[in-house]
Amino acid sequence: MKHLLGIDDLGAEGIGEVLGLAEAFLEVTKRDIPKVPALRGKTVVSMFYEDSTRTRLSFETAAKRLSADTMTFTAGSSAVRKGESLLDTVRTVEAMGIDAIVVRHRSAGVPHRMAGWTQASVVNAGDGWHEHPTQALLDVFTLRLHRGADLAGLRVAIVGDVKHSRVARSNVKALTALGADVTLVGPPTLMPPDLSGWPVRLSNHLDEVLGTMDVYYVLRIQRERIGEALFPTLREYAARYGLTEERLARLADDILIMHPGPTNRGVEIAAAVADDPRSVITEQVANGVAVRMAVLYHLLAGDGRRPPEVLGELEAARA
Amino acid sequence: MREQPAWSAPDPTPGKGLWLLRAKVFDATDLKRAITRIGHEIVERNHGAGDIVLIGLYTRGVAVAERLAAAIASFEGVEVPVGALDVSFYRDDIGLRPAPSLRPTEVPVDVTGRIVVLCDDVLFTGRTVRAALDAVIDFGRPRAIQLAVLVDRGHRELPIRADYVGKNLPTKWDEDVRVRLAEVDSEDGIEIWDCVEDQDGEVEP
Repeated sequence: MKHLLGIDDLGAEGIGEVLGLAEAFLEVTKRDIPKVPALRGKTVVSMFYEDSTRTRLSFETAAKRLSADTMTFTAGSSAVRKGESLLDTVRTVEAMGIDAIVVRHRSAGVPHRMAGWTQASVVNAGDGWHEHPTQALLDVFTLRLHRGADLAGLRVAIVGDVKHSRVARSNVKALTALGADVTLVGPPTLMPPDLSGWPVRLSNHLDEVLGTMDVYYVLRIQRERIGEALFPTLREYAARYGLTEERLARLADDILIMHPGPTNRGVEIAAAVADDPRSVITEQVANGVAVRMAVLYHLLAGDGRRPPEVLGELEAARA
Repeated sequence: MREQPAWSAPDPTPGKGLWLLRAKVFDATDLKRAITRIGHEIVERNHGAGDIVLIGLYTRGVAVAERLAAAIASFEGVEVPVGALDVSFYRDDIGLRPAPSLRPTEVPVDVTGRIVVLCDDVLFTGRTVRAALDAVIDFGRPRAIQLAVLVDRGHRELPIRADYVGKNLPTKWDEDVRVRLAEVDSEDGIEIWDCVEDQDGEVEP
């Protein structure tokens, strides 16, 4: 596999492979020296056209723990401000000799276009409302650590702004590929206009599904993406769809609460709920590094720039 | 200088090429004796089993380490800690062949100041052991690192030798030595296989 642009690039089998690798890397991240020389000499550049803390740092940490060299590019402080086009930027970066580009962009499809322009592997770190595959991978990885390798039949509610959420889209694909039973919960204005072809159930009332799920995946209300008035006020949203302490009290002891971060405490999730023992939000972040190590290793260690024939020729020439 | 580059070596994966059994070198009893002897040698050479950690290299090396630990426990009465190491991240041929599947590494004790005995089934080019040396040193600074293998088949490409050897087995470079252990292969034994036809369908001269 050359690129990771969306969950469909992996399929159920590929997801299993990456999560297996991630287990091995999780052990590496717990060592005294959490670093292995697996990608020594490779260069990973992160190109972030949109604000990010955890994803960018998580990818950089992952690359460094594999001994790859890292370069960071943020749109705000680069030649993009002088009007450089996406294509020119990619060509410039590629001319420096790189092996992978980790890209985040506000427009859907940018990683796909980049993949057509460059010899490097492209990893989608979030494109518009489209996909965020590594987030979904770390989410299913976290679920598997708690629920065992088999997620078939696991009942997962994805609550909130599904319409604008690339996290939700990638998670629906990953979870259903592994056999989980997904229900989307939120007001009609925050649901995608068309759900045909999505193997999911739908509910417009959180209280209706409360108590019938194993996992509550709470999405962030993305104030920066919501231009129009899709719900009256944040207070009303919190009252109807927020995971409040009162709602938490009605849930069993063995459920899990997840959130992709950053949280709007008091809006989609109450502060006390985010800090509850059933919440695995900080664990998701910790697992993110191991999962991203697995993704980079999967893409870069498999087919290097020197194919077997080249080495054969080298040895033949030396002989 | 070797005649064939590593990449044209016949692929011993089942279903690739045509392989014939040339000789059975060890049966289950021979194997058991070899393990017992190596266990004794380890304890003798290190004046006891107190400081020893056995670390097996995936896949079959882990089974070798566990068997050596059981042998030492039976005659010395000491439970030697056993670890498992996946050296994939430390290999020098990353990117030259498909990414291998990884298994979680487990080193149960702090190796600093202890004697680490690396365990594997076959010693061939020495590159796996080179990778394992780097991996172990990332976990701490052992007092000594030693190497135990069931078969030394020659053809070293690095200055590495084994401290404990089950059987020295001179082989041709393109033969395949198959150590079979019940934990992985459902039976015990050591066999030499000959390649009659390689993965490209070419017949060996």
